[in-house]
Amino acid sequence: MNDKQTIKLTYREALKQGMLDALRNDDRVFLMGEDVGSYGGAFAVSKGFLKEFGPDRIMDVPLSESGFTGAGIGAALGGMRPIVEIMTVNFSLLAFDQIANNAATLLHMSGGQLSVPVVIRMSCGTGRQLAAQHSHSWEPLFAHIPGLKVISAGTHEDARMMLQPAIDDPDPVILFEYTAMLNMEGEIPADIQSVDISKARVRREGSDISIITYGSGVYKALGAAAELAEAGIAAEVVDLRVLRPLDTATIVASVSKTHRAIIVEDAWQSVSISSEVSARIMEKCFYDLDAPVERLCGIEVPMPYPKHLEEASLPQKDQIVALVKKIVNYG
Amino acid sequence: MNEEEIKQTVIRLLKNIAPDMNPEELQPDDSIRQTLGIDSFDSLQFVVAMDEAFGIDTPEEDYGKIQTMKSLLEYIKSRMRK
Amino acid sequence: MVEYRMPSLGADMEAGFLREWRVKPGDHINRGDIIAEVETQKGIIEIEVFDEGIIGELLLKIDDKVPVGTLMTHILTESEAKTGMKVGEKEEEKVPPKEAEIEEKEAKVAGEAATPPPAIPTPPPIPVHRIRASPLAKRIAAERGIDISLIKGSGPEGAITRKDVEEAVTTQPRPLSEQASYDAAQQPTPEKSTTDTMRMAIAAAVSRSNREIPHYYLQTKVDMSLALAWLTDTNKQRSVKDRLLPVVLYVKATARALEEVPDMNAWWDNGLQRKKDIHIGFVVSLRTGGIIAPAIHDANKKSTDELMKDLSDLIPRARAMRLRSSELVDSTITVTSLGDNTVETMFGVIYPPQVALVGFGGIKEEPWAENGMVGAKPVLTISLSADHRATDGSTGSRFLTELKKYLNQPELL
Repeated sequence: MNDKQTIKLTYREALKQGMLDALRNDDRVFLMGEDVGSYGGAFAVSKGFLKEFGPDRIMDVPLSESGFTGAGIGAALGGMRPIVEIMTVNFSLLAFDQIANNAATLLHMSGGQLSVPVVIRMSCGTGRQLAAQHSHSWEPLFAHIPGLKVISAGTHEDARMMLQPAIDDPDPVILFEYTAMLNMEGEIPADIQSVDISKARVRREGSDISIITYGSGVYKALGAAAELAEAGIAAEVVDLRVLRPLDTATIVASVSKTHRAIIVEDAWQSVSISSEVSARIMEKCFYDLDAPVERLCGIEVPMPYPKHLEEASLPQKDQIVALVKKIVNYG
Repeated sequence: MNEEEIKQTVIRLLKNIAPDMNPEELQPDDSIRQTLGIDSFDSLQFVVAMDEAFGIDTPEEDYGKIQTMKSLLEYIKSRMRK
Repeated sequence: MVEYRMPSLGADMEAGFLREWRVKPGDHINRGDIIAEVETQKGIIEIEVFDEGIIGELLLKIDDKVPVGTLMTHILTESEAKTGMKVGEKEEEKVPPKEAEIEEKEAKVAGEAATPPPAIPTPPPIPVHRIRASPLAKRIAAERGIDISLIKGSGPEGAITRKDVEEAVTTQPRPLSEQASYDAAQQPTPEKSTTDTMRMAIAAAVSRSNREIPHYYLQTKVDMSLALAWLTDTNKQRSVKDRLLPVVLYVKATARALEEVPDMNAWWDNGLQRKKDIHIGFVVSLRTGGIIAPAIHDANKKSTDELMKDLSDLIPRARAMRLRSSELVDSTITVTSLGDNTVETMFGVIYPPQVALVGFGGIKEEPWAENGMVGAKPVLTISLSADHRATDGSTGSRFLTELKKYLNQPELL
């Protein structure tokens, strides 16, 4: 990748360009959500969109998640390609009935006659001192539901490129974005055309241990892997990207190679993505394991407000490094 | 105790210390310790047992006088007469 | 409640036979009590406990052979003993039946030749043990035909990992592992003589030492005139039974020198671990071949008389192979004396995890130059084998200098 040209941009800019592409490519695509229009988006992701695309395609909606998510599902059933923005994941519970009972089920209940090609974007996560009601990592909640596709943009590349294939997908897609990363700068290949939203990606290759993660865990894991390399430990970083359906093959290939795994996520540990990944590793590559699978997850408390407690509630790079060293040095 | 009885007692005591050897086959001028492979600890044990069996007291400076079967028997006889 | 498990009586021990229980359930025991006799390559060892309490159910039968780490019994507190003695039993019940069947099968295969299948429908209780190994380690061991029960684990809580198995593949030459260790672990009764199995145990220990420990060697000579004169003088006033041997001086001088140079009194286990107490392993050679080095505990705190008494107790027990577990595992350094033969110098192999071995040769009359004069003196050669990972030559040299100092001033001992 070194010899290729790259573009430097913020995570916010990446999201913005992804939406601009989608809106420009297809007239059926429109954005609806709270403050997406005149205000330019709660996180300034859709700034300037209203001027370019007009109020029919950049639609400010009332504070009623159930109502506008239902409207988006209806538009999708009617042949449109709506992007529904739920400002942050904590408000998604108000729309949960529409998502779980309608979007996820209609294809099955109509005997395959009705597909729901809606994309629901949610800002997710932690790290901005927004306390217990605005700092959720609820990817596991949505990944539980059959009928949905759940994807997570843990890198700038995915923030830039994941939206288009999500729109092209005939079924409802939940796209998780991470508010804590909005101002983070990153590089993406200049010539990138698309990304595959059916597969996990190995972000760094290694032979000693697999660090399996997604979302805000990806850059932490890459940072940890770089530090571990200096200590002579070759950690492989697997970015799950697709949380439903999980790409088991990539996980199995990695763990079969490294024989050890840790799973890192911000979400609470019990009944989480890591629970599921851990179970699959045990089911599919038990005889390749040289150490028990370990997990680093969010501490199971409502998110505290103070910065140091918030940090202490989440897995950090240093913890990943320490845990990997412990596992690998034993092995 | 005649000389033969003394000899049989000595052989029995040596046998206790070196059960895998045959002290009865010792020639009069053989070095007891070297032939039977007895170390300093065992040889001290032997002197303890010998003193007890014959009712004698062997000082350390006399250890040089009890190196062979012949000299040992002579030594015991002379001590017992005292 | 304390779990009492088959102890490791040295780096070379893989498994042991329970030969006798010295306690029964409900017995009250104190620290240092002997609760069982276990047979290893080093003979029948009396097993001591280091806790106080009430003995729970005995989980091994006489003549059971089990790997190191197998649960033998529980040591209960008074209140636990009152509320029910069956603690051990409950744990066994937890093991799924399938497990027990496997154990039984293995035991049967191993014991086929020796014991006919019992006529009674209920089989005797089989010692329940699990080998902690990663699934990958087990798979590799199975693929390469390695007996995983012989491998020492380096993983968490002693789990055997891939690395351990792969090391076992390269370091255990097949004939050795197949004939010696394999037999030792699998046969319900030892077919080979104790001497043979001891030879194999020594072979394993010294091979490991030579493989893992970068030895360095130092040597010095001491004029023993003063020490021998002191000894003669002391012994003159004593009956034979109370006389001291030169080795007592060696042991005591070594202990005192270790107080001055504590880095020599240590174990190497991922780094130097200095030991507070000085327990000197004293090499006793057995008449039938082989050696054993029981520990003289707290040698620095004992008088020469007490040390002589200890040796008089230890040496016959070592030769009869009736030692206690602590005497086999506690040594913090080894002392060996070949002084009864004509050998002057010996460069010994360190017994891991110790970091040093001191060798005393025979005392021999030699020309000795001092203050411009040459005279004949009784000269003792002392050599030191030390672990270069743990110490450097300057430390070793300081140690030998201290040792020499004490042998020149026997009255200080």
